[in-house]
Amino acid sequence: MPRTARAHAMNEPPNILILGIGNVLWADEGFGVRAVEALAGRYRFGPNVRLLDGGTQGIYLVDQVRWTDVLVVFDAVDYGLPPGTLKRVEGAEVPRFLGAKKMSLHQTGFQEVLALADLLGEYPQHLLLIGVQPVELDDFGGSLRPPVKACIFPAIELALEFLAGFGVHGEPLDGNPGRLVDLPDPALSLDAYESGRPSEATACRVGDPRVLAAFGGA
Amino acid sequence: MSIKTPNGFTLDSSGTRVVVDPVTRIEGHLRVEVNLDADDVIRNAVSTGTMWRGLEVILKGRDPRDAWAFTERICGVCTGTHALTSVRAVEDALGIAIPENANTIRNIMQLTLQSHDHLVHFYHLHALDWVDVVSALKADPKATSTLAQSISSWPQSSPGWFRDVQNRLKRFVESGQLGPFMNGYWGNPAYKLPPEANLMAVAHYLEALDFQREIVKIHTVYGGKNPHPNWLVGGVPCAINLDGTGAVGAVNMERLNLVSSIIDRTIDFIDQVYLPDLLAIASFYKDWTFGGGLSSRSVLSYGDIPERANDNSAANQCLPRGAIINGNLKEVLDVDLRDPQQIQEFVAHSWYSYPDERKGLHPWDGVTEPNFVLGPNTKGTKTNIQQIDEGDKYSWIKAPRWRGHAMEVGPLARWVIGYAKGIPEFKEPVEKVLTDLGLPVTALFSTLGRTAARGLEASWAVHKLRYFQDKLVANLKAGDSSTANVTKWDPSTWPKEARGVGTTEAPRGALGHWIVIKKGRIENYQAVVPTTWNGSPRDPAGNIGAFEAALLNTPVAVPDQPLEILRTLHSFDPCLACSTHVMSPEGEELTRAKVR
Repeated sequence: MPRTARAHAMNEPPNILILGIGNVLWADEGFGVRAVEALAGRYRFGPNVRLLDGGTQGIYLVDQVRWTDVLVVFDAVDYGLPPGTLKRVEGAEVPRFLGAKKMSLHQTGFQEVLALADLLGEYPQHLLLIGVQPVELDDFGGSLRPPVKACIFPAIELALEFLAGFGVHGEPLDGNPGRLVDLPDPALSLDAYESGRPSEATACRVGDPRVLAAFGGA
Repeated sequence: MSIKTPNGFTLDSSGTRVVVDPVTRIEGHLRVEVNLDADDVIRNAVSTGTMWRGLEVILKGRDPRDAWAFTERICGVCTGTHALTSVRAVEDALGIAIPENANTIRNIMQLTLQSHDHLVHFYHLHALDWVDVVSALKADPKATSTLAQSISSWPQSSPGWFRDVQNRLKRFVESGQLGPFMNGYWGNPAYKLPPEANLMAVAHYLEALDFQREIVKIHTVYGGKNPHPNWLVGGVPCAINLDGTGAVGAVNMERLNLVSSIIDRTIDFIDQVYLPDLLAIASFYKDWTFGGGLSSRSVLSYGDIPERANDNSAANQCLPRGAIINGNLKEVLDVDLRDPQQIQEFVAHSWYSYPDERKGLHPWDGVTEPNFVLGPNTKGTKTNIQQIDEGDKYSWIKAPRWRGHAMEVGPLARWVIGYAKGIPEFKEPVEKVLTDLGLPVTALFSTLGRTAARGLEASWAVHKLRYFQDKLVANLKAGDSSTANVTKWDPSTWPKEARGVGTTEAPRGALGHWIVIKKGRIENYQAVVPTTWNGSPRDPAGNIGAFEAALLNTPVAVPDQPLEILRTLHSFDPCLACSTHVMSPEGEELTRAKVR
């Protein structure tokens, strides 16, 4: 497919989307969303930069990707590396790592989101995936495991470094965040989410891991 | 060996077992096993929800006013409808009345979801069960243009446009990057459309993909943000100031006009593209009459889209409420979600324990105690199941029943109920479609009927959207700009203990949340989602659920290509929600069909 670069006036800055994807209710699956939440809480950007909690949305994100010249994705990715490893992947390699992951909207993978944007003739010129190898996914209502949580700020540093190459610099926040498209409701913020979790004695947590393991090799 | 179920189906589990796992292009994890007879006709079907979820696990002890934000995250598709159901449950428990504008805006949010979800489901999740994308490459663009112009006045229909789409598709396929088209069984003899109809559908797949982004802007206007709009117990978190200016801050006349123009364009798209395509595709599949399942016997709807605020009577619901059992369309029965005898969940075939598993439990008394055991006829091991034993426990989905009956929920259920009640805005479009296609009313009870009901409902929803948008503007102009009632916001105003139920008709069917509040905190929270109804396993009496019933007696053209199975399952728009599980770059991608 020919990839159409969006026409820009000479000095117009590129459209930049910083996207966190995943489900905050499933432990390390929430990494991408938590990284964007943390970034938005500490830096602000100009009007050409969007910060988005993409959650597990599929087709909705196609439109966001079509708008984008420079795409930065935070996500939990199975690289086959030791748990808690942070790794960046750039450019044409990105879809390969997102390929098998079934995000949502009826298992629309993010690779599919990229493919649909491509099919519509609008594809980001630059892609960066900042992924962390998860420790635990199958813990409904659980939060990030410590090694994964420890990757949030290094991940943000990688993003800022990459964005600097496009002349984009986050300013430390003075209470006036930049162009936020969507961030988790305060009730879902990392602290509230973790402190409000029912105890294991109150609400039984087992179930999913066993059955997924049971069917995994079927 | 064949057995007859109490709800009238014959099951025969001899013959070849075929396993489809996972079922793709759906939300969540679903496995299906079927038995094919010597003629490759399905004679037994077993639907297994392979994933466990209990909302109480995340909600117990939390603030009921925050529950919507959590329920919005359990699923990537029904975000808003779970949130709405949740705030309704809390308001019901606490006796909170909402302003008229809040009811209208909630209806607008819900109808926007219906319109958007149905459109996206048809083109991007379901059409590929009927449309052979690769065959579109062989189409003559000029003949495609003639076909398109014969069925609709939609302006984008020139030979040049279809040639352009075909070239784009060709480049896409040749690049080896099949992306969304990767999982198709292209060339399967169960595909019946001529190349031109396939190309027209692919072109509209792209147009719909481009257009759908317009519809969701309505959520941003009233919900403040997207894809996860804000909700509020007591109303809507949406200030309105007709005289305000600018794109931020309170909703003003400019924003209301934006919504209005989006609605007009959506009406055009659904009525001029979606519905004509639906009829055109259906006309080639008129003899594919399979997949009716429970729809001609037992259907259920909770009703939704209340005309006026704070009136939960059946008469006040624009989408009809009711239950039909034993195929008696002459009588639509009343549904009461509080009655402990009506809705009950059973676990005899689900991986949970009850003190007495012959009995069902009403959701307010719901117990979620996992118990993962496999029956003696299971093939394989606990960690590598080759074949499930449906004689024992076999699913993580509970089996909800209405007065003991397995029920189908969703667009077809709602439209059968509207039709049976004789409500003109449901009855007349159904009759028109049947007349146009030259089909008897029995044709409604099929996979195609389910798909058609969804299309008719998309059109109904977007026209209702117009109605409620106009109603909102009229009420605002009359001077009422109230959108929230916060008199009971403070927990000190609440009773020590309260329980409530909230419902919606989600795009894919009846959704209920049951909440128990104690000392200002959530004591218990149970959700019965549409796919719990449709995907339910058997109950202690042996009644089969909607998925299993719908698959029976369907011939499969190529046994290791489960196209017909996917076609029928997708027609329910299943949503088993709600996690995303990371797999390796080389991980499982395609639906596996295993013939055993």
